[in-house]
Amino acid sequence: MNHFSLHDIDLQPELLRRQLQDPACGGYAAFEGWVRDYNDGRTVLRLEYEAFAPLAVREGERILTEARQKFGVARARCAHRVGPLAIGELAVWVGVSAAHRGEAFDACRYIIDEVKHRVPIWKKEYYQDGDSGWVNCERCAAAAPQPHQHQPHAHGAG
Amino acid sequence: MSAPKLYGLVLTGGRSRRMQRDKAALEYAGKSQLARAMDLLTPLVARSFVSVRSDQLHDPQRTAYDTIADIRQDLGPIGGIHAALHAYPEHGWLILACDLPFLDRGTLQYLIAHRASGRVATAYRSSFDGQPEPLCAIFEPRSREIIEQSLARGQQCPRALLARNDVELLDLPNARALDNINTGEEYAAAQATLDGAAASSSPAALSSPPATGALRRLNVRYFALLREQAGRSTEQIETQASTPRELYDELRRRRGLTLAPEFLRVAVNDEFGDWRSPLSDGDTVVFLPPVAGG
Repeated sequence: MNHFSLHDIDLQPELLRRQLQDPACGGYAAFEGWVRDYNDGRTVLRLEYEAFAPLAVREGERILTEARQKFGVARARCAHRVGPLAIGELAVWVGVSAAHRGEAFDACRYIIDEVKHRVPIWKKEYYQDGDSGWVNCERCAAAAPQPHQHQPHAHGAG
Repeated sequence: MSAPKLYGLVLTGGRSRRMQRDKAALEYAGKSQLARAMDLLTPLVARSFVSVRSDQLHDPQRTAYDTIADIRQDLGPIGGIHAALHAYPEHGWLILACDLPFLDRGTLQYLIAHRASGRVATAYRSSFDGQPEPLCAIFEPRSREIIEQSLARGQQCPRALLARNDVELLDLPNARALDNINTGEEYAAAQATLDGAAASSSPAALSSPPATGALRRLNVRYFALLREQAGRSTEQIETQASTPRELYDELRRRRGLTLAPEFLRVAVNDEFGDWRSPLSDGDTVVFLPPVAGG
């Protein structure tokens, strides 16, 4: 069993954990990602997650299926917040249950790493200095060559 | 109530200060700009005319066609538009600058098909600054009074006039169609593109931009930084772009997107897609900025 979901309200780890209970499992590992108050040397006040929901869920489910096949775990669950979040709030929850602890830890690590890199979810940070920015995007925007600009149609043409 | 009959006017009046020569006579693939514009326009309107200044009334290149002479001198393009509306006030006028080397018939047909005759004018939104393009636009009979009021106030800019009034604004199906030329270098570049197109393919290439093809109606969704830059979450466009890559290049120009495509992934119909796979009519395309979940 695996399930990936997006939520615009508080995640409830107790409910999520319960979905992983299985008599055949002797080990359970979970990871919680929290909103931190700094990033890249800047003080962060709050942030916002935005997701392309249909593809995020589809890609998230794929990652969970891969983890189960790769590590032989029984159940895998991931829930991700969208919308505005305050410092300290729970942003993402990953849980895995397996016969033994080793594969549970490994699968949990695999899932959170892949989710960060593959699932179409974006994070906007709001900084103390009033600035804000999309994580991993602003540097690309700054580095990208500008598209070729033409003059607008001259008024005197004709 | 049916729309007033449509007449067409090609503007050639202005002296090209920057190019130091008569723009109407510039040639692409052996055809003057004026002849190209008239060939594109004439089949689509009830009657077509060339706008002339009084000192061009005997220019053989222009008098090969029906002409409408400016009533007042030195007003620029708005003088030509005004003279046409004054001469045939009961008709709508498709106004066309002659110096649009990439203009294609599809762009004119699309304009005519989307004409909103109940409004002052129907015009394209500039790919560069989002402002109305007055020199490939349909001016309705009621625009005459508005133009006369503007001229009375000393305002001669047709772009500003359209921006202030009730105008139907369309997105260009082909983002390059209204690129114009004002310098010798731009002329040389356009000439090379169009001469090459004429030599390598069918006669249709004479009147078409390089990337030509059937129009597709595509849905685009924007997220995160691209949503903010585009100023919208979704849009529907008609375009000649045949792949996500061509579509992104067009949207990048049109919406001023700063992210280079190498930083993005593309999704078509809610699944990851390929930049070079052909798009179909009705497809929904999403360009995915670098992600940052977790």
